[in-house]
Amino acid sequence: MFEYIYTLLPALTDGLITTLKVFFITLILSIPLGILVSIGRLSKITVISKIMEFYIWVMRGTPLMLQIVFVFFGLPIVGITFDRFPAVLIAFMFNYAAYFGEIFRGGMESIDKGQYEAAKVLGLTPYKTFMRIILPQMFKIVLPSIANEVITLVKDTSLIYIVGIGELLRAGKIASNRDVSLIPLVMVAIIYLLLTAIFTRIFNKTEKRYSYY
Amino acid sequence: MVLQVDGLHKSFDGKTVLKDVSFQLKAGEILAIIGPSGAGKTTILRCINALEKSDRGTIKIDGTYLCRDDNKSIYATNEEMKTIRKKIGLVFQNYNLFPHMSVMENIIEAPINAFGVSKKEAMDKAVELLNIMGLLDKKDSYPFELSGGQKQRVAIARACALNPKIMCLDEPTSALDPELREGIANIIEDLAKDNMGILIITHDMAFAERVANKVIFMENGQIVTEASKEDFFNHLKDERIKRFIT
Repeated sequence: MFEYIYTLLPALTDGLITTLKVFFITLILSIPLGILVSIGRLSKITVISKIMEFYIWVMRGTPLMLQIVFVFFGLPIVGITFDRFPAVLIAFMFNYAAYFGEIFRGGMESIDKGQYEAAKVLGLTPYKTFMRIILPQMFKIVLPSIANEVITLVKDTSLIYIVGIGELLRAGKIASNRDVSLIPLVMVAIIYLLLTAIFTRIFNKTEKRYSYY
Repeated sequence: MVLQVDGLHKSFDGKTVLKDVSFQLKAGEILAIIGPSGAGKTTILRCINALEKSDRGTIKIDGTYLCRDDNKSIYATNEEMKTIRKKIGLVFQNYNLFPHMSVMENIIEAPINAFGVSKKEAMDKAVELLNIMGLLDKKDSYPFELSGGQKQRVAIARACALNPKIMCLDEPTSALDPELREGIANIIEDLAKDNMGILIITHDMAFAERVANKVIFMENGQIVTEASKEDFFNHLKDERIKRFIT
């Protein structure tokens, strides 16, 4: 059996690399975008706030699977064509930015008005206030929610299966079909579990590091 | 005069909270504004610190206009605002320290990041202030590790870091036990001796009597009486004030 598992490893590793690529690129793009979304959502300019509200509603109100299908299979119909990989990244980025945006908005709103006022009377500019006073405090508040989203994202990457990218689940499924064996699927499950265990650990450590105040 | 307020009006949603408020504060003077809650005391403080915009009237801070009255309030430009922020400090009722920063970081934040003071200079000043406040051993502590009285002294140190001409304190005794009140009274007196003008908002009559040189009594958004402390506490016959004092 170990020999069989060994023969599966190259294909699964390839799949894992693709999964991690989608995972990290999505995180790197959607967190800053999410901050912008939350700022827009909290904007005093009603038009911007309303547009963000609509965007968040659409992104959270429709399945991510539909969004991926829409970008990759739907948009070409109206002449907008993306390769597989950029297509899924676009869908993931906009979807996760909406979720992160709502988390950040909650975090920002939970910060006491007095913090803004203290920064103001001390002469800090709105930009400095945001970067040095609000953002650091917000990150501590939103960390548990972000951890949740990150774990969800690890598993959501399996949705890109639909456009035919060889990620982890697809690699396992192909091997399972070919060899009529359950083992590849169990291995895929174990890899997902390991990934979520690692990220949970990282977040627990980060939360501890932020618990100095 | 470090602070001149003239004909200040302010209303919220049609409800008048300040009506023609005028007073002055001299360097080295300790002025207590007292009165029942809802009298508009805190609104005055918020207007002077530009946390609230007044509808009419003039506020002049050490020679620079925060707002001028030209049939409506005209506010200072951003450049003037920076000068004003440097000249006036505010200690909030609940202190509003930055919880993610140490005591030292709280104090040096604005000098470095708002006014471009060098880190060394800012830290030297912070050490000097913490020494005065008796909190030098707490410089690396975080606000949650401090008692209410210690937090307040950090907030005062933070507000003093840019050598302001005016120091405002909002209900400074509201969270202090009697022993600490004497301590804060001494600190306020020391600041006044350094020629700072001190403006205290309080409904604590005993504290006003202990520390102030001059007292303003407010009710319903208007100044009822302005008097020296001696006159106010010994000779005033006004029924409303008497009721409030006793």
